[in-house]
Amino acid sequence: MNTYFFNLSSLFYLLGTLAYLSHIIFLKDLLSRMATLIVSIGFTSHSLAILTRYVEAGYTPVTNLHESLSFFAWMIVGILLIANLKYKIKVLGAFLTCIALILMLFALALPKEILPLAPVLRSFWHPFHVFFAFLGNAVFTLAFCSGIIYLIQEHQLKSKKMGAIAKRLPSLKVLDDLNYRALTFGFPLLTLGIITGAVWAEYAWGRYWGWDPKETWSLITWFLYAAMLHQRLTVGWRGRKAAIMAIVGFLSVMFTFLGVNLLLPGLHAYSNW
Amino acid sequence: MQLIILGLNHKTAPIEIRERLAFQESEMEKALSQARSLPSLKENMILSTCNRVEIYAISQETEKTVRDLKDFLSRYHELPLKEFEKSLYLLVGEEVVRHIFRVASSLDSMVVGEPQILGQLKSAYTLATESGTSGLILHRLLHRAFHVAKRVRTETRIGDSAVSVSSVAVDLAERIFGGLEQRAVLLIGAGEMIELAARHLMAGGVEKILVTNRTYDRAVSLAGQFNGEAIRFEEMEQGLKKADIVISATDASHYLINREQTVKVMKERKQKPIFFIDIADPRDVEPSVGDIENVYLYNIDDLQKIANENMKDREKEARKAEAIVQEEVTKFVHWYQALEITPTIIALKKKFEEIRKRELEKMFSFHPHLSEKERQSLEALTSAIVNKILHDPLTRLKQKDEEAMSEVYLDALKTLFQLPDLTAEERMEEDEDA
Repeated sequence: MNTYFFNLSSLFYLLGTLAYLSHIIFLKDLLSRMATLIVSIGFTSHSLAILTRYVEAGYTPVTNLHESLSFFAWMIVGILLIANLKYKIKVLGAFLTCIALILMLFALALPKEILPLAPVLRSFWHPFHVFFAFLGNAVFTLAFCSGIIYLIQEHQLKSKKMGAIAKRLPSLKVLDDLNYRALTFGFPLLTLGIITGAVWAEYAWGRYWGWDPKETWSLITWFLYAAMLHQRLTVGWRGRKAAIMAIVGFLSVMFTFLGVNLLLPGLHAYSNW
Repeated sequence: MQLIILGLNHKTAPIEIRERLAFQESEMEKALSQARSLPSLKENMILSTCNRVEIYAISQETEKTVRDLKDFLSRYHELPLKEFEKSLYLLVGEEVVRHIFRVASSLDSMVVGEPQILGQLKSAYTLATESGTSGLILHRLLHRAFHVAKRVRTETRIGDSAVSVSSVAVDLAERIFGGLEQRAVLLIGAGEMIELAARHLMAGGVEKILVTNRTYDRAVSLAGQFNGEAIRFEEMEQGLKKADIVISATDASHYLINREQTVKVMKERKQKPIFFIDIADPRDVEPSVGDIENVYLYNIDDLQKIANENMKDREKEARKAEAIVQEEVTKFVHWYQALEITPTIIALKKKFEEIRKRELEKMFSFHPHLSEKERQSLEALTSAIVNKILHDPLTRLKQKDEEAMSEVYLDALKTLFQLPDLTAEERMEEDEDA
């Protein structure tokens, strides 16, 4: 059942991405409304996928890479739908839906069997840790996308172009606001994610912090975002610098999430596949 | 019955003549009813803007109406006809339809694609409707024109890009700041260009205007005009710290704003973005200022270049729009001709039928001994003759590919058979009946 909903939502994300892209090309309002509708349906189906998997497995389905990727994608789409209410940036929709789609396809290629829960994951704190961490990551994904769009728009403005691309991109101010807002939401979430992770680690391994690669990298990511926030508030690192930082931060997020699992051995390796 | 436009516009008449012939909105009702009282006129409407004065009319006799309208213009504006007759253009029939559609879609405007004209056309139409001088045909024509304008706007990108230097600047400001609201502007200089820019920005909704000028008094008086704040020239940096947009147009021979100073200002601004518009020649802002992060520098040539590029795009879109107009003209002409053809056909048939009936009755009264069967045969025979005679000409009239000729045929039919000329209202009714 959960696989059925999962596949269905992947299909809707694909259609949503295509609809957003065609809106960017043809600039028809109808297309963007359609895209939002399609993605909303995809999100609903995705929610059902996670819910049914929860019921079928008997635990919160964030225990292996397939589940984590799916959960991450679900959060990203959720954030997109929320951001859509306020910002109405269609280009963002294209980027975020596309990223969600890639994560879904990746998840699709991984083993999906529901296995008995590993003992270390049997913790009250684990789902909270995952929830905060991925919600934070999803918000940072949003910042990453607005950072990329910012750099494109800024390049257009600096090189004094006002062509077809310019018409399709939001203003620098909106993109920078979005970046800042994402930072102010994402940073506390990341912090909560790390704290709940530490609490869970205490239950699972009997220590709060053990410098395992995942822990180390999440701390590096935390410092990156802390620095970003600090620089922004004190010396006004905004605009281009903030956009670049959002991109660097996201790469660090992705490395912490995927790179560590795939490349570096450590305690989090239970979630390899 | 003929559609007519008599008018002049920016291409045919100099501004002095256009001004003399313009109708004030407050007097429009009077003008419309004066024109309406011309006996050859069925419906009329006046479009008067700073670029054009046009009278749209439905007339019974084209030549007479044109003469009357020229007289009317001359009398009304107290200007001898010979002074403006050469500037006038006359359009009839299908040309009228095309012209109105093009005007509504802003294809005939001085700056193609600028949308104001549609609003002006709408209010001209409203005035004519309220004064009761527009009738069914103008009603239909104008509503189609609004429809065409809407199609052109949604199906082409004719009005999408800015084609004047000032609108390009506003567009750029929107791309940087998301809008002019809540923005502060620093104007450097107090010349005509600066005043114009200030006016434009105020209309665009900027929050605050700061003015600085080498002669402080002029800065004060200009600031006064726009409810702004004057800054002493030596304290320009204070203005640079506060402003989001800086417009500079002085005749200084050296740079007023250099890189070093801007870097310093940016630090104090905490890197808040700033948009320099340098419209001075020679330049007021050192070009390398534009390389600083969060600083955007455009000079007048940059703006002009973008405006020109956009103009080229707009011309491309205008060609698409012309195709839409053509399509709609064809549709309208079909409707209009059906309006003419159907009642004429009905009138013609009616006339033949009446003749047949009359002659038949006459014959029956002379020959009362005819049996019922014989009478029926005669009925059938005469009907067949009438129908056969009418068959070819009617088929010809209804042929769509004969459009150009059908008007000639209609006129000929009406004259040869002395058919009654129906009013537009009767036509519409007949049209609906048919």
